[in-house]
Amino acid sequence: MPDSLTPPQVTARPVADMAGSNSPEIKIATRDVHVFYGETEAIKGVSLEIQDRTVTAFIGPSGCGKSTFLRCINRMNDTIDICRVTGTIEMDGRDIYTRDIDPVQLRARVGMVFQKPNPFPKSIYDNVSYGPKIHGLAANRRELDAIVEQSLRRAALWEEVKDRLDQPGTGLSGGQQQRLCIARAVATAPEVLLMDEPCSALDPIATAQVEELIYELRENYAVVIVTHSMQQAARVSQKTAYFHLGEVLEYDDTPKIFTNPEHEKTQQYVTGRFG
Amino acid sequence: MTATIDMTAISARHTSAASGARTRQRYWAQIRLQAYGILALTLAAAALVILLWTVVAKTATVLFEDYLVLDVQIDVSNRDLTALNDPDPRINVALNGVVRDGLRAEIGGGDGLGRREVRQLFNLVSTDAGLELGAIVKRSVQEGAPLIGARYRYEALLDDQVQMYLGGLYGRPVDAGSDSALSVTRDGEDTSRAVLSFEGGAFEAAREALRTRRAEQAARAEAEAARQQAAVEATEARIAALGADTDTETVERLRAGLDVYARAREKALENARALMAQASDRTTVHSLSESDPSVLVRVQGGWIKLDALGPDLARGTILAGEPDVVATAPASSWQGWLYETPETNRNISDRQVVWLAEFEREGKIVTKPNWRLLESSDSSNAELAGIWGALVGSFWTMVVTFLLAFPIGVMASIYLEEFAPKNAFTDFIEININNLAAVPSIVFGLLGITVLISGVSLFGVDLFDGLLKAIIEDPRSTPVAGGVVLALMSLPTIIIAGRASIKAVPPSIRDAALGLGASRLQTATHHVLPLAMPGMMTGSIIAMAQALGETAPLIIIGMNSFIQEAPSAPGDKANVLPSLIYIWKNNSERLFDGKTAAAICVLLVFLIAMNALAVLLRKRFERRW
Repeated sequence: MPDSLTPPQVTARPVADMAGSNSPEIKIATRDVHVFYGETEAIKGVSLEIQDRTVTAFIGPSGCGKSTFLRCINRMNDTIDICRVTGTIEMDGRDIYTRDIDPVQLRARVGMVFQKPNPFPKSIYDNVSYGPKIHGLAANRRELDAIVEQSLRRAALWEEVKDRLDQPGTGLSGGQQQRLCIARAVATAPEVLLMDEPCSALDPIATAQVEELIYELRENYAVVIVTHSMQQAARVSQKTAYFHLGEVLEYDDTPKIFTNPEHEKTQQYVTGRFG
Repeated sequence: MTATIDMTAISARHTSAASGARTRQRYWAQIRLQAYGILALTLAAAALVILLWTVVAKTATVLFEDYLVLDVQIDVSNRDLTALNDPDPRINVALNGVVRDGLRAEIGGGDGLGRREVRQLFNLVSTDAGLELGAIVKRSVQEGAPLIGARYRYEALLDDQVQMYLGGLYGRPVDAGSDSALSVTRDGEDTSRAVLSFEGGAFEAAREALRTRRAEQAARAEAEAARQQAAVEATEARIAALGADTDTETVERLRAGLDVYARAREKALENARALMAQASDRTTVHSLSESDPSVLVRVQGGWIKLDALGPDLARGTILAGEPDVVATAPASSWQGWLYETPETNRNISDRQVVWLAEFEREGKIVTKPNWRLLESSDSSNAELAGIWGALVGSFWTMVVTFLLAFPIGVMASIYLEEFAPKNAFTDFIEININNLAAVPSIVFGLLGITVLISGVSLFGVDLFDGLLKAIIEDPRSTPVAGGVVLALMSLPTIIIAGRASIKAVPPSIRDAALGLGASRLQTATHHVLPLAMPGMMTGSIIAMAQALGETAPLIIIGMNSFIQEAPSAPGDKANVLPSLIYIWKNNSERLFDGKTAAAICVLLVFLIAMNALAVLLRKRFERRW
């Protein structure tokens, strides 16, 4: 269990070094990305630039490819045999689909939170410490304890679970489980956090908690969130991309997408007339 | 387009009479189905109960074993003394002489007995009685308190036939009728014979049994006469059918046969008449042969076996003791016994019956729990045989099987589920594994003997040289050989169970691990394998239970041999429990019947325990995601 008497302070990443700088840098740039499932083309040439320290929302009707595209960013699609990706996806200016990039290493830098809370059937502590352990992030037990505490604090879960870190993570409520998954993703010290409909299995109260958390995570990470909820996209994101049948029809600042979209389809979708 | 239809009118059909009939029919069908189900369950339960009852009831006959208490004087020869003082535990001493002297002493010397009777006396105790006494004496010598030269109360294990008799499996003598005074006198000058005179009430039951027997014999003689008559008629018909041109030799031969058949018929008829007369006449004097029921009389401390029995007079031979032959014994001071099974039809002689009756009367026969059954190994003597060696053999075989099959099975299923590319070759392997699970186990035995024992040559090199070759020189097999064959047999089951339990791990767990940057190997070993392990263990335990009860492949590779010692390592010659059951079942000595059932019980206990463990594991580690 974490020795919480004198935990060494771990700073995951410098928080907004360039304080006051209003022009966030580009974290991920994609150019003409196509994704094929066998013969079916699921993504038809998507070019996007995702900014660091920003929440970017992907919205769009079901089956439009937003989740598929999200899974390209950490190469989770590699695990599907029939899936093929073309085009370039660059992170910090380096193509992540070249041979010299190890997908496993990439996934450590690009964390992911899934639609359904999926904690490991292990203790809360083991859930959070698993990533740091396999990537050798902690030099000793004290550091590991500190990482676990920091991550749980960042996921706004510490106060609720600090007395039962040895209890199974599967015993938590749905909202707590999802925050545990976020803590688990944060614990590997990623640079990008991908969230695939993180609130779709949660009740409104848990959703509010997770949304607040996402908003705060923006200070440290480039967050990409796939959501079906217009309100959620409007509440948490600064940038929004509207996906339609495997293409990005519109990508702009969130207020603009919701108040003054350029594309007619976007207008229809965000106002609830289509979708 | 079809014509439009009035749906409202159709709705009315729901309340029609036909609809009501349909409902009733549906209920009826449901009740019928339930009845069939209950019937099937009842039949299955009844079959199980009958099976278990048969096994348990037979086992009950060998749960205890009988000993004869002998007061022996332990005098040993110089050669035996040397062996007794030898600290090497492998040097055994059989003190057969001591045991035999003890037996003679029990019956008062037995000086008048012939060779055959003496052998019957010695055969009362087990062949190993002397050896076991030797072991006791040897232990006493090693412990520094030698019994040599002392008198010792030795409990000698009784022979298997004797134990069967005492257990009532050969029938026991019943009261022949003893409600009269009985006077015993000498039969002339012969001291070994006696004449018994009595009044009505004595030996009534015995004479009744004899009359019944005579009637049965008469019926058999009549049947024989009828058979001869049929032969006569058939021959006559053949002679009549012969043409005039038949040579006289054939006719002569047939006529001679006719005479033989007719004489045999007359003889049988005469015999039947005589027997019938004896059966119906209450005053007849029966003469008793060895194939008649035995009538034994205990009077004045001695035993007389009757060879003639009339309504008020009987003659017999003195079997044991020295009954006071000029005395009249009042009713209830003597007993007459009738043993329905004739002496020639049983494995225990009248003399042995008499000795055992005296031993029982004196309380010299003690019954003890039969730990020998569990503690000793196979023996050709039924009373000495136990299952320990086979149990240890089964244990080593299971160890080898598990060590081979489990790791290979787990690795194969992990590879096939998590790493193997999904292509035609993988499908081909999968189909083959599923088919292997359905292959009769004896085929694996054939595989074992051809591949592992005879060897497979590839480019002139014997692939399995030396592995199991020893079996060719010595047909008895080892747990290593059995374990390899059973591992091959268990592999498909373990792989199928393993793959099923890996499939049952939800993909979200894999996603979570991969999303955190775990490699596929880390995902498999850190998350999938631990979650699938209870299911794999369950499958493996069930496969092990199946292997534990497997007989056919082991018989083929020679694990059904007679082995008197428990193996101390997997490479030793050994036997396994199911093949021991098979050997014992084929044994002619009847005590093995009960021992077979006991071995089956032990096997069942192990199988039930293993299956219970599997269920427990499943319940304990059952997870909901």
